[in-house]
Amino acid sequence: MSVLVYIEISNQEIKKASLEAAIYGAKLASQLGVECNGVAVSPQVPDGLVNHGLSKVYHINSSDEFDPALHAAGIAHVANETSASTVIISNTYSGKSIAPRLAVKLNASLCSGVIALPSSLSPFTVKKGVYSGKAFAHVALQKDKRVLALTPNSIDMEEIEGNASIEAVSINAEGMNGYTVKDTQVQSGSIPLTEAELVVSGGRGLKGPENWNLVEELAGTIKAATACSKPVSDMEWRPHSEHVGQTGITIKPNLYIAIGISGAIQHLAGVSSSKVIVVINKDPEAPFFKAADYGIVGDAFEVVPKLTAAAKAML
Amino acid sequence: MNILVCMSVVPDTTTKITFKNENQEFNEDGVQFIINPYDELALTRALELTEANGGEVTIIHVGPAKNEPSVRKALAVGAHKAVRIDCEPTDAQEVANHIAEYVKSNSFDAILTGRESIDYNSGQVAGLLGELLSIPSVNVVTSVDVEGDTATFTRDIDGGREVVSCSLPFIASAQKDLVEPRIPNMRGIMAARTKPLEVISPSGEAEYSACSSYELPEPKSSVKLISANEPEELIRILKEEAKIL
Repeated sequence: MSVLVYIEISNQEIKKASLEAAIYGAKLASQLGVECNGVAVSPQVPDGLVNHGLSKVYHINSSDEFDPALHAAGIAHVANETSASTVIISNTYSGKSIAPRLAVKLNASLCSGVIALPSSLSPFTVKKGVYSGKAFAHVALQKDKRVLALTPNSIDMEEIEGNASIEAVSINAEGMNGYTVKDTQVQSGSIPLTEAELVVSGGRGLKGPENWNLVEELAGTIKAATACSKPVSDMEWRPHSEHVGQTGITIKPNLYIAIGISGAIQHLAGVSSSKVIVVINKDPEAPFFKAADYGIVGDAFEVVPKLTAAAKAML
Repeated sequence: MNILVCMSVVPDTTTKITFKNENQEFNEDGVQFIINPYDELALTRALELTEANGGEVTIIHVGPAKNEPSVRKALAVGAHKAVRIDCEPTDAQEVANHIAEYVKSNSFDAILTGRESIDYNSGQVAGLLGELLSIPSVNVVTSVDVEGDTATFTRDIDGGREVVSCSLPFIASAQKDLVEPRIPNMRGIMAARTKPLEVISPSGEAEYSACSSYELPEPKSSVKLISANEPEELIRILKEEAKIL
């Protein structure tokens, strides 16, 4: 028996979300009294994983194009070779594409949106987010094998011994039922919202897309990702990929700064797991203040530039 | 082309979530149920594709009889027929297995569904069906176009977008931006009453997971207000006290 962690490499770098998955895997392996290994499917050799609790890292050389069917086949191969009982995958867009295909290949129980180590090993019970952030469920997994898709920012980083020696593996990639990638556009330097530790978000209170420099300057200063409320994305002030809330993205950053967002129940659902919430709104009655840790009642057009200047001076 | 749309029925987005029976059961009192918003997008795009290329849209729903009004609504929006697999599924794997069994004996050129249901948030049905049926699965698509035997998609990826293509049949999961969802008109509502809604028994494997209990998030302690004249105080608190910056 062992635990296997999928290591995702994007823009030539190992994702922080995968490092969290490694720490989760290592801690789970120590609960189970077994080894924890990693597997990467990428053109780059996954070095730089020392002291993340991984004994070995299996490397399947592949092109840079993402194909969930191929990744699932590679991970399943290594899972079988290492007798892995549990596979940990980060619940990113890529992870969400791979996890279900892998679960079918391994005949494993699948749980996505996992936010904590198991509360019990028998039955194997994990906590996951449900109702788009409005609640949590404790789910008992019934198969002998499991695939867990871990929500980013759920695990605190720490050092766990592990020399992560690299072992090359090759697989037969024929008949994979995959798709062909024609074009990939990744905004360089931007921080993917689902994995961001800090998020600055704007709502209708900003009055129009031309005022988004306020959000972007503050976000740029503290190195945060940018987000928006549903009306803002519906009015096409911002792309839908920035919409957080019940019908958008559910996020779990360390800091969520909401500017000019009143805090409808659907919006709160998507952000209520944030560790610290700051609300800036000129309406002292805005419902968002009830869900906030810190609040500033004031005009965003005056407060936010001062905040950005203060951050520049103090950080 | 014939398209299958997998549809989930979920609590309305304005629902305040509560539980009963010592937190073991979702409290449905006063809750209005709707078609999962992402599945509405899948349905609308499926209708557009069949209008352009010919063929029919079939709705499939895995759930109890009380969800039939939402299934009828999908028929009113324009789907040609519906199938309900009669059970109360516990997870995405059970849902996907039942649907896969149906698809194995009824062939489709494409399967569309939502990116995730807004109640269980697993987002796994598309990938599970792709693997169970040995077809490509394309997640979180903001466009789907079909020409001849080839489909082309735009999909969201972490921090960007990607254009991918595959041959038919495929399964894809709909993301916001794919289409504006259609709403039923009076003629559609009348027509839906007589459209076929077949009820079948579940035949896929179901023993994967069970929810032992639910939990609501801890309420926040009261907000600490900072003067609008001293925003630097907020930066100081976030840096020195909360240690986030």
